[in-house]
Amino acid sequence: MNPKRKQRLYLTVFLLLVAAGVTALLIQISGENMNMFYPPADVVSGKAPVAQTLRAGGMVQDGSVMRSGEDLGVSFILTDHQGAEFSVQYTGILPDLFREGQGILVEGQLSAGGVFYATEVLAKHDENYMPPELMELQGIKPGAKPPSSMPGYPSASPDSRSAPSYPHDS
Amino acid sequence: MIPELGNFALTLAGVLALGGAGMGLLAPLDEVLQRSAMSMVLGQWAFSFLAFAALVYAFAVDDFSVAYVANQSNTLLPWYYKVSAAWGGHEGSFLLWILIMGSWMLAFCLRSSQYPQHFTTRTLGILSLLNLGFICFALFTSNPFMRLLPLTPADGADLNPLLQDFGLIVHPPLLYAGYVGLAIPFALAVAALMEGRVDATWARWCRTWTNMAWAFLTCGITLGSWWAYYELGWGGWWFWDPVENASFMPWLAATALVHSLSVMENRGTFKSWTLLLAITAFSFSLLGAFIVRSGVLTSVHSFAVDPERGMYILIFLALVVGGSLSLYAARAGQGKVKVGYSMLSREFFMLVNNVVMVVSLAVVLWGTLAPIGYEALTGGRISIGTPFFNAFFVPLGMALLAALAFLPVLNWKRTRAETLGSVYQALAIAAVLGVLLWFVLDPASVAVASAVALSAWVVLTHGQQLLSRWRRGRLPAAYLGMTLAHLGFAMATLGIAVTSTQSTESDVRMTPSSTVELAGQRGTVTGVKDVQGPNYKAQQGVFILTELDGSDAYELRPEKRQYLAGGNVMTEAGIAAGFFADTYISLGEPLDGGAWAVRLHHKPLVRWVWLGALLMALGGIVAVFDKRYARRRKAAADHVVLTPSS
Repeated sequence: MNPKRKQRLYLTVFLLLVAAGVTALLIQISGENMNMFYPPADVVSGKAPVAQTLRAGGMVQDGSVMRSGEDLGVSFILTDHQGAEFSVQYTGILPDLFREGQGILVEGQLSAGGVFYATEVLAKHDENYMPPELMELQGIKPGAKPPSSMPGYPSASPDSRSAPSYPHDS
Repeated sequence: MIPELGNFALTLAGVLALGGAGMGLLAPLDEVLQRSAMSMVLGQWAFSFLAFAALVYAFAVDDFSVAYVANQSNTLLPWYYKVSAAWGGHEGSFLLWILIMGSWMLAFCLRSSQYPQHFTTRTLGILSLLNLGFICFALFTSNPFMRLLPLTPADGADLNPLLQDFGLIVHPPLLYAGYVGLAIPFALAVAALMEGRVDATWARWCRTWTNMAWAFLTCGITLGSWWAYYELGWGGWWFWDPVENASFMPWLAATALVHSLSVMENRGTFKSWTLLLAITAFSFSLLGAFIVRSGVLTSVHSFAVDPERGMYILIFLALVVGGSLSLYAARAGQGKVKVGYSMLSREFFMLVNNVVMVVSLAVVLWGTLAPIGYEALTGGRISIGTPFFNAFFVPLGMALLAALAFLPVLNWKRTRAETLGSVYQALAIAAVLGVLLWFVLDPASVAVASAVALSAWVVLTHGQQLLSRWRRGRLPAAYLGMTLAHLGFAMATLGIAVTSTQSTESDVRMTPSSTVELAGQRGTVTGVKDVQGPNYKAQQGVFILTELDGSDAYELRPEKRQYLAGGNVMTEAGIAAGFFADTYISLGEPLDGGAWAVRLHHKPLVRWVWLGALLMALGGIVAVFDKRYARRRKAAADHVVLTPSS
């Protein structure tokens, strides 16, 4: 092999190695930081893993919201109105559109006792938009037209890490 | 009547785009057709402008028989929001996109005397073809002039309250100017491939446009981040949300392009790579448009149910990317120039920049598309959290800062290692500074101390060169621009590192006259009262903040608003903005016994993130005013021009 070709071969091998390394890292790290979504039925049936960060969702059961008198602790029950329900513990500020009867998402960990300890609570983003996971739960056919159509509508969620978005996607 | 005229004007613009594309691409050498291609571009701009004016007029007079106006406006809306509501929704914002596309084409015409006539005509032909695609998209899938007849509503549904804000008035136009502006380097690259003319002169033409588009994109993203910070009400300024990522990806590609163009102009190398970047940057603009507008984010199913818009953009994207890449495959790589350079050279460090940008692009692309792909393949849903992005961007940012610190002293081609003494001195000073701050402030981790030290290092080496060049009277605008942009990058990174680790945040339950301590300040609630806005009612908390010793009292009034038309509830934060730190209070929800849930933030250096980014954009613009880009009548030399290393 002449030196020029050899050099080109080395360069190609090097670039391939870099690309493979980056891809491996991408898959590895995104796998570690990936949160699956589970509906109430999966949480109750034990399909959702214990002590792992995950997302769950459901409707807030009427009359189940209990605020602590001293701090910002709150507990409520999420249901799918078909018999599956689980209780959620959270400390902090609830989103503007958190209401009883409303569909919401929680992110956090499930304890062995079946209580969901939430680190984030996400509600419907506004009167028109709701998270797609919840649309499916409520039996709304997702996207009978993305609501006039603003998918990533900014959620006024108190959890800064979860609030999407931007006006330019309108 | 007026909306129909608007529709007609948009259709005419489409016809002119078709004509412009045909003449520009089929007969670029015929002099008469060259001139008519140019006038057709003027026509596209004029008719897009008329169409846009017609839409704004419909908003101004509350013409709710137009469906788009009825969805986005309301009689109670203040007049300035009525105007900005014209680009508050999908259809209108796309019309703005077309108007901005026309404006870039117009600007290109105005400066076209410095390029060879046939090259200008080809470029305008490509731009017209793209514009034709945009106009057809508006006319066939997203027409803002659709009527609601005869069922005209008495009042409109109102603009989303989050968008009733100064940020929305300026953010989309700037962002679009960036997105669409990348069409010019794209068209220049395609024209160059068609003509088989890819040289340093071409790079010089392309740099002006790339820098301007990049600066607009930078400003647009910055404003979006700032808007999210004060308007969403909870103190975050970047969420790695797919919509944000959609604007960040073309920015990364454009940043790489800005740098590789510099190598190509000065050294005549990196040619094929630069062309590829020009094509990539605009392709990511289109990909962003697809991600945001197709509904694929809401759900893969929703995209499948209503695929009209998404499919249109997808096909358009496939044509643009497929067409330009085929041309690239056929033509690039011709006329290779063999230019050697050593590791210690500007070329090599520009290459480092490009590698970092491309890896970043891959990370963001993966983080954005993986949830969509997962849902399409398995039907399950996942979300990818911030730690994924941080795992890559923290080390990549550090590497970039370290490389950047060397740049001012590097020459093209090779630099003697002995001349690097000042860089190492600066490193020593910066390291001492970082360690000192680490001890004094006790930051959360070594990473913060390193970020501080690396940023300081960049500032020192750039400052030193800037000063010495200024003393010697050798400070061309391009060098000044580069320095400003790099200082801006250091400032923004420093702000990001400090604010994301040193901020304090507390959620508390507060009753009237109760107090809370936050980062050396004492906050007292004096009460919560009802206030009335033009189109909302609100509960307003009144907070008094003082230093712990009682000095420096000021007041913050966060609000919880309820909008009358849509019933939307919104949190309006009370923010005391400062150069070194912000104090930020938002009202949560009312609790029993007159108490409120309240969130308080103290965010040091958060403004540096945006100020640094604006400084970057300013640098990009300053560089455009370098003498060598000044308008020249007959600058169209048809051979490679290698400027001596500056």
